[in-house]
Amino acid sequence: MEWVVFIPAAALALAGGVGVVAARQPVHSAIALLVVLAALAVTYLLLAAQFIAVLQVIIYAGAIVVLFLFVIMLLHARSGEGPVPKLPRQRGTAAVAAALYLAALLVAVLAASGPFPPAPEGFGEARQIGAALFAGFLLPFQLAAIILLVGIVAAVILGRRPEGEEER
Amino acid sequence: MDDVVIRVGWPLMLVWPLLGWLANGLLGGRLPRTASGVIASASAGASFATALLVASAYRAVAAADAAVSLPIPLFDWLGAGRLTVEASLLVDPLALVMALVVGGVGFLIHVYSIGYMADDPHPSRYFAYLNLFVFAMLLLVSAGNLLLLFVGWELVGLCSYLLIGYWFDRPAAAAAGRKAFVVNRIGDAAFLLGVFLLFVTLGTLDILEIREGVATLSKEERLLAALLLFAGATGKSAQLPLHIWLPDAMEGPTPVSALIHAATMVTAGVFMIARLDRLYLAAPEALMVVATVGALTAFFAATVALRQHDLKRVLAYSTISQLGYMFVGMGVAAPSAGIFHLVTHAFFKALLFLAAGSVMHAMHGVIDMRRLGGLARPLRQTAGGFTIGALALAGVPPFAGFFSKDLILEHAFAFGIRTGNYLPYALGLVTAAVTAVYITRAVLLTFSGPPAEPGAHPHEAPPVMRWPMAALAILSVAGGLLGASVAGAPLLRFLDGLLGVVESGPEAAPHPPAGLLRWLSVAAALAGVLVGWRAHRGRREPVLGRVGVFLEQRWYIDALYDRAIVGPGHTLARWLAGPFDLGVIDGAVNLVGRGLGALGGQARRLQTGYARQYALGVLIGTVLILGYWMLRW
Amino acid sequence: MVPSSAYLALSAALFTLGAVGVLVRRSALIIFMSVELMLNSVNLAFVTFARMHRSIEGQVVVFFVLVVAAVEVVVGLALIVDIFRSRESVDIDDVDLLRG
Repeated sequence: MEWVVFIPAAALALAGGVGVVAARQPVHSAIALLVVLAALAVTYLLLAAQFIAVLQVIIYAGAIVVLFLFVIMLLHARSGEGPVPKLPRQRGTAAVAAALYLAALLVAVLAASGPFPPAPEGFGEARQIGAALFAGFLLPFQLAAIILLVGIVAAVILGRRPEGEEER
Repeated sequence: MDDVVIRVGWPLMLVWPLLGWLANGLLGGRLPRTASGVIASASAGASFATALLVASAYRAVAAADAAVSLPIPLFDWLGAGRLTVEASLLVDPLALVMALVVGGVGFLIHVYSIGYMADDPHPSRYFAYLNLFVFAMLLLVSAGNLLLLFVGWELVGLCSYLLIGYWFDRPAAAAAGRKAFVVNRIGDAAFLLGVFLLFVTLGTLDILEIREGVATLSKEERLLAALLLFAGATGKSAQLPLHIWLPDAMEGPTPVSALIHAATMVTAGVFMIARLDRLYLAAPEALMVVATVGALTAFFAATVALRQHDLKRVLAYSTISQLGYMFVGMGVAAPSAGIFHLVTHAFFKALLFLAAGSVMHAMHGVIDMRRLGGLARPLRQTAGGFTIGALALAGVPPFAGFFSKDLILEHAFAFGIRTGNYLPYALGLVTAAVTAVYITRAVLLTFSGPPAEPGAHPHEAPPVMRWPMAALAILSVAGGLLGASVAGAPLLRFLDGLLGVVESGPEAAPHPPAGLLRWLSVAAALAGVLVGWRAHRGRREPVLGRVGVFLEQRWYIDALYDRAIVGPGHTLARWLAGPFDLGVIDGAVNLVGRGLGALGGQARRLQTGYARQYALGVLIGTVLILGYWMLRW
Repeated sequence: MVPSSAYLALSAALFTLGAVGVLVRRSALIIFMSVELMLNSVNLAFVTFARMHRSIEGQVVVFFVLVVAAVEVVVGLALIVDIFRSRESVDIDDVDLLRG
């Protein structure tokens, strides 16, 4: 039964991944990324991670990808790549290295895999994650808040026009 | 009470010249020009007065003629492992006699310097060095352990360097200062080795403990230590083969020569052997070496002095020769006779140098005897002083030099009886005659006859220079009474309690025929004076041919050193500074630099600036590490 | 029942895809999206292991990864806009001033 859901989700995720990497236009990459994120949200549901699945959709799809799209719109035509590739051997070497890497990674994860025990009651619900966050992970949680603040400040400073530059 | 005077006064004696040095050295530029000399003389005088006080207190403490050694610990100086050195002073007859000579003669030379250096632009520097010199020598003679003695030993070396090179803008003076320093350094190295040897074998550097501990040393250790220390003494006291620095020391101001030759510095070696007389008496072979070197030096230097043209150079070789006598005294196991000669020599040699300085002063720096002459009339007092000094040096009775030289010769003859080695005595007697010849020549060439350069108008020295000469002249006449048997020989009795005599004792040995020997000495001295008079009357200089050149060239010893050591040294230094430094040292440094530069030139090609390439590098690295793990797994 | 190995293999494949994207693309924006792809593949692995070991901590880590990813995107996009302002390009091969 689960296979019926998993196979299309996995296929969509892989196809989206290829799309992200291969698309000529950054806009297409962004759309493909959206597909990957949605497909992964489905697999999270299969893995009893309902809360994370919801976060995935809200934060990634809702916020991050939209941010990408904003920037792409801002830079519009010039958001792509220059005409001349400067590293001729980069593609071939990268392909070989990536293939070897995938092989190694597959060996490693398959060795680490194991059977799924029955999930406990309420596993992956917001209540349980909240309890973990506010008990064992309180300090990292606070630090995450600080990191967000730092990110906001950094973005504001970077985005500000240099002093004296005229409005275009 | 007397004890307190000794304990306070002995260190205080060192403080005065140190204060004078600090005052002149730190405030020198701001003092009025005349004040420098007054301060320096006052501190030297205070030092002498303090030594006198201590001496009288010591006489009261030490019963009659018995010698007492009073150590005065000051503070713990060094502590390292087995080595603990206390900064301690020592009061005994030997130290007292030396301190009185150094302080007294030093004081007179300071006073004389006020007049001599009146025209110098920076007298404060000169007087600061002079005070430091006196301090160093007093430290040397009053030190209670060998390390402190060595500090004084090195300090007098430093001061001699500073004062010989006082007119450092004259290349000859600077070179002479350097020569003195380097030659001394050679001896000092041997001296330090001797000190190390004593420390390693005895575990102490304290002089009293060394005196006690000598008996526990093996025969070889005693001999080696004695010879190493004596090697140091040959450097400091200008004996063969390290005598070459002393004649060049003439480049300094003349009072400095007086100080070096009479009171400080060169007597240090003689004093050191007397200080460690127990060690030397226990090493007969070392004594033989000391006596032989002393006798050879005495003869060699006296013959050289026959043919020098520079008046101060004659006196310098004369000093070397007389120091040879002192070492003969030490070597024939008669340290008190050696010290006696040291004392009388300090009087008459200081007098001779001060008189020579007065001649120089009058003749505006001319000291070459070929350009002097006829000075007896314009410089009456100077000529009188010089003549008294000359008679004392020649050993004509009843002047001071006669008694001390005769005493040494007497002991040398006894040594001959004991050991069968009459060389020290024979050379000593011949030297006595030669001494009389060369000093008569010096007197005649300088003072008699018509002036060589009639244009000069010599003038007598100011009183501040005449009075010290007068005082020294009196001492040169009367100083012999210190050791003359007619006067009860107070100095010898004072010293004999401390300074050792040979185990067998002079009583056991057959007595030398003292009367006959004395007549022989007198005859030698008078014959020398007569020969000198006949040969040089009217400022004549008899032609001696090859022998004369040989003597004038100082037996070619300096030339030999120049050829064998100095020349190759210069060549080596030039090679080291030139090809070696540029080629090998700089070459190695440049090679490292260039090599790293080339390496960097290759390495910089890795840094392409393309972030994607770096990322690929990271991935490849990751794959390699993963691959490695999997293979191991 | 889908075995854990299927999820993990998917994760590995997506990660490698992202890495290839970082290596071969020159548009800074697409490289950034590839990085997001890699982060997501890791998230999938975390969730899988959380389920496998019945431990909620895996999911908590994913939460933190989300936070950090959000910050990273904000700052990174601001940087890209800044670079674009000065160079009129987002091709990262044009940004090679730190060349040896």
